[in-house]
Amino acid sequence: MARAATTADAFNAVAEPRRRQILDLLADGERPVNDLVRETGLGQPQVSKHLRVLREVGVVDVREEGRQRLYRVNAEALKPIHDWVKDYERLWTERFERLDSVLEDLKDKEQGDDDDGK
Amino acid sequence: MTMMASSGKATVTLPAPNQILITREFDAPKDLVYRAWTEPELVRQWWCGERGEMTLCEIDLRVGGMWRYVMIASSGGFEVAFHGEYKEIVENERIVSTEAYEGLPEGMDPDEEASLNTATLTEVDGRTTLTTLVEHRTQEGRDMHINSGMEGGMNEAMDRLERVAISLA
Repeated sequence: MARAATTADAFNAVAEPRRRQILDLLADGERPVNDLVRETGLGQPQVSKHLRVLREVGVVDVREEGRQRLYRVNAEALKPIHDWVKDYERLWTERFERLDSVLEDLKDKEQGDDDDGK
Repeated sequence: MTMMASSGKATVTLPAPNQILITREFDAPKDLVYRAWTEPELVRQWWCGERGEMTLCEIDLRVGGMWRYVMIASSGGFEVAFHGEYKEIVENERIVSTEAYEGLPEGMDPDEEASLNTATLTEVDGRTTLTTLVEHRTQEGRDMHINSGMEGGMNEAMDRLERVAISLA
């Protein structure tokens, strides 16, 4: 049943907006569940469920301290996720920067046509 | 290294295991973005980004019509080709088409693994937001799609810089 989490699994896990919010909160430092419940306004069961998903793919770690369980971001595990989609995103950024220039040309031309028409 | 362009980066998210969502705003009305997206002589000017030269751009813009884009990658000189079929066309608003990557591993049928792409244009105050939803049948197909955009070795220095501050925002 248990299988190794892949980068893709981890990316899906962090793509969920609420889980991103939790990761953002954990990015500031270790926190117990109660903190996360308060800050997100979600119920404890939901927060626990999100934390479980994040732990399963390895982007969040937990440790026991006394009676508390403290959660923290595993930055190491986040890097490949971040990088994985980054190059794809960069391709589209490059394309769209060029598309910006195409649009500027089109706008100039339309402007020119309007002037000619007068 | 270049500074961030004023119009900003493309935003890529993965809303579901089989999906990719690409979003970007342009400082132009939607009829112009539509032209830049659908006229071959204009597509040729942007589709390769910084990664090569486009050697073929065929667009038969009607439902059931085919499109095919081919580029030569500047790193390695290999050919990269995609094709698909138009499923739905609403001028200046929306285009639904399939997208097949012709460079899939041996034994895989590009058309069977094709994604369904929905490009939507919305204009507010003369600015247009383009969102493209890429839907694959499977997560594996989606992941291969993202990997097909990878160019080994490119921008590694930038990656390293970005790692310093991992932002999920």
